[in-house]
Amino acid sequence: MKKSLLALALLPVVLAGCGSTATKGTPAPGRTLTVFAAASLTESFKALGRTFEAAHPGVKVTFNFGASSALAQQITQGAPADVFAAASPATMKTVTDAGDATAPKTFVKNRLEIAVPPANPGKIVALKDLANAKLKVVLCAPQVPCGAAAIKALGAAGLKVTPVSQEQDVKAALTKVELGEADAALVYRTDVKSAGDKVKGIDFPESLKAINAYPIAVLAKAPQAALAQEFTQLVTSAPGQQVLQQAGFEAP
Amino acid sequence: MKTISASPRGRVPWVLLVPALLGLAFLVLPLAGLLIRTPWPTMGTRLAQPEVRDALGLSLFTATLATLVCMVCGVPLAWLLARVSFPGLRLVRALVTVPLVLPPVVGGVALLLVLGRRGLVGRWLDSAFGITLPFTTAGVVLAEAFVAMPFLVISVEGALRAADLRYEEAAATLGASRWTVFRRVTLPLVAPGIVAGGILCWARALGEFGATITFAGNFPGRTQTMPLAVYLALETDPQAAIVLSVVLLAVSVAVLAGLRDRWIS
Repeated sequence: MKKSLLALALLPVVLAGCGSTATKGTPAPGRTLTVFAAASLTESFKALGRTFEAAHPGVKVTFNFGASSALAQQITQGAPADVFAAASPATMKTVTDAGDATAPKTFVKNRLEIAVPPANPGKIVALKDLANAKLKVVLCAPQVPCGAAAIKALGAAGLKVTPVSQEQDVKAALTKVELGEADAALVYRTDVKSAGDKVKGIDFPESLKAINAYPIAVLAKAPQAALAQEFTQLVTSAPGQQVLQQAGFEAP
Repeated sequence: MKTISASPRGRVPWVLLVPALLGLAFLVLPLAGLLIRTPWPTMGTRLAQPEVRDALGLSLFTATLATLVCMVCGVPLAWLLARVSFPGLRLVRALVTVPLVLPPVVGGVALLLVLGRRGLVGRWLDSAFGITLPFTTAGVVLAEAFVAMPFLVISVEGALRAADLRYEEAAATLGASRWTVFRRVTLPLVAPGIVAGGILCWARALGEFGATITFAGNFPGRTQTMPLAVYLALETDPQAAIVLSVVLLAVSVAVLAGLRDRWIS
């Protein structure tokens, strides 16, 4: 029995050993920059990542795209990352409050659009059409920044919309429209743009009431702090801003 | 412990005992961690929240219904695999086990492409009957049944293969039809296997996440089962996620423990 207790006591040591060998396994000359970014940044950040890699030979940029709130949770739980770009100041605040990042900087703004299938089977032209109970409308979950923005926009318009689903991130909501399962979704205009002709975007004036500011920050425990700093500089530089604005983002 | 010390083959070798205990600790410690971090004082008020009750009720309801669906189709399927020889039997058995190894999210995508509003079958369901399955509770049941049915089929097929064929043969020589043999001899014979498979199937359905969120979406009270509620709660309210997890853990352990003593040995 005493020996089995010893085995239990040794467990953390063994597991920690496994962890460190895994990180040491990466080749020494190449460096990896890990960027956690909101799902809506997928296309533009991938493009910026390629630019960054071209300018820094031997550096590989890896991304973790997802709901900002999920990424923030992963970071505060100790996920190893260098840069965090969130879709709302509120999610960034959970990371800065935990002491995992300081001095976030807003680098773009984004607003919502209604995404409908190209044929627009629900014949939607304005935000108020989403209140029609016969339509299948998909929103982001309220925990996720795009869901919070949707609640704000609908609230500003005094509308009550009952969605068929609250999706876990903005890309999941968009996919439901692309597949034709939903008649409409409230997503960012950048997502509509990135989906090309698979969905149609409908602008609505109430979206101005729910503009999301996107903050970016170098993380306190960034293994590649210097590279992380350079990446955030690229994102806020004129060429970086051009890529982002081509994707539909607005200047901060 | 008693059997080990009574064993004539001597002490348990360290090479086996140490990894075995490590494995045990690895499986048990996370659950212990969950219980240690549980906010016990506020547990009562959190559990009384309607969202928690909705998610738990929906989870229990859909898992049970999915298990029934699996029983109705899965037991005959297992019988077919165990008792009838036909060309392509091996292929069919392999196909049945695919959802077992398939990532559930992939299963959800596949269900959308077939049973979705624009899907191969779903399109026809929509135009002919006005039935659409995604984003409905029925969709949750289907997603769970898709992922859980292989557990039932495999375990019932195993029971059928292990059962003594002579009883069935005796009944057949006495003039019983194949259906009568199945109903009066085979079913009672493999009943424990069916129950065991049913429990496995139910537990798997209860924990289903990927196929459900992909195919049925996420809406409280309609398609938001406990695992989905845990996942989304974790993003903004980790304490709530812990409470939900503990409830799910308690339900699973209670059901497995309660039924295990009675039917599975």
